[in-house]
Amino acid sequence: MSTVLEQAPAATSEAPREKKTTRKIAIILSKGSLDMAYPGLILANAARMMGIDAVLFFTFWGMDIINKKKADKLHAGMLGNPSSPMPHALMGLPGMEGFATRMMKRKMDEMDIPPVSEMLEMLEDAGAELYACQMAMEMFDLDQSDLVPQVQEVITAMDFYDKSEGAQIIFI
Amino acid sequence: MTTLANAQLDADGFLTNAEDWTPELAEEFAREAEIELTDRHWEVIDFCRRDFAEKGTAPTVRRITKVGGIPTKEMYQLFPGGPGILAARISGLPKPKGCI
Repeated sequence: MSTVLEQAPAATSEAPREKKTTRKIAIILSKGSLDMAYPGLILANAARMMGIDAVLFFTFWGMDIINKKKADKLHAGMLGNPSSPMPHALMGLPGMEGFATRMMKRKMDEMDIPPVSEMLEMLEDAGAELYACQMAMEMFDLDQSDLVPQVQEVITAMDFYDKSEGAQIIFI
Repeated sequence: MTTLANAQLDADGFLTNAEDWTPELAEEFAREAEIELTDRHWEVIDFCRRDFAEKGTAPTVRRITKVGGIPTKEMYQLFPGGPGILAARISGLPKPKGCI
């Protein structure tokens, strides 16, 4: 039995100088703590700095990163984190999380790491694509007006696969 | 004179010795990245070389925008293949060390 598969047309000399295919990454940001937000934002920015296309998809707690009111008020989550420098019994006390957050922010400031809102501006200027998850929008009763202006579109999970076609995917 | 053909490059394609750099070499690096150098590119290159001479490391994109005064958006227009690597490579500097 012979099956003729549909063949792609043979490459012609139409494109004399073939462009190198651009690498692409898609980062899913599903957490809203300071220590989960920055890795995604920094990796996306680094990709753009190297000429790699970057798509960011914010969902669930990651919505806080693109929430106008919360973006610059993310907290460092130390409870339930075995790497926490402080004993858990202490971390649960009132004010401790704020203390840990302030410490981390001060250190980041010293290192000239921009605040979240500025990182988002940089990403937009760098040509990264930012999308918000439609389901998370509904879950958290959010409106597009609640989001930072850098978010281009509210999309579904299936839309995400269209936007991230050919990309390497990173889930945070 | 150092040309791209006889220049010593590291594994990532950056000039090994910043002293070997010449404006002609910048033109060659740019051509390789399909960039035609404009006055604005030269402003970036001058800043990068000056900053490297002072600090000993190639400036990151954030430093070029904050200290060099070239807006982020423009950096991406000037170096569409990735300003983080191209600005340094064309300026004959090593790969920038920072993440931002």
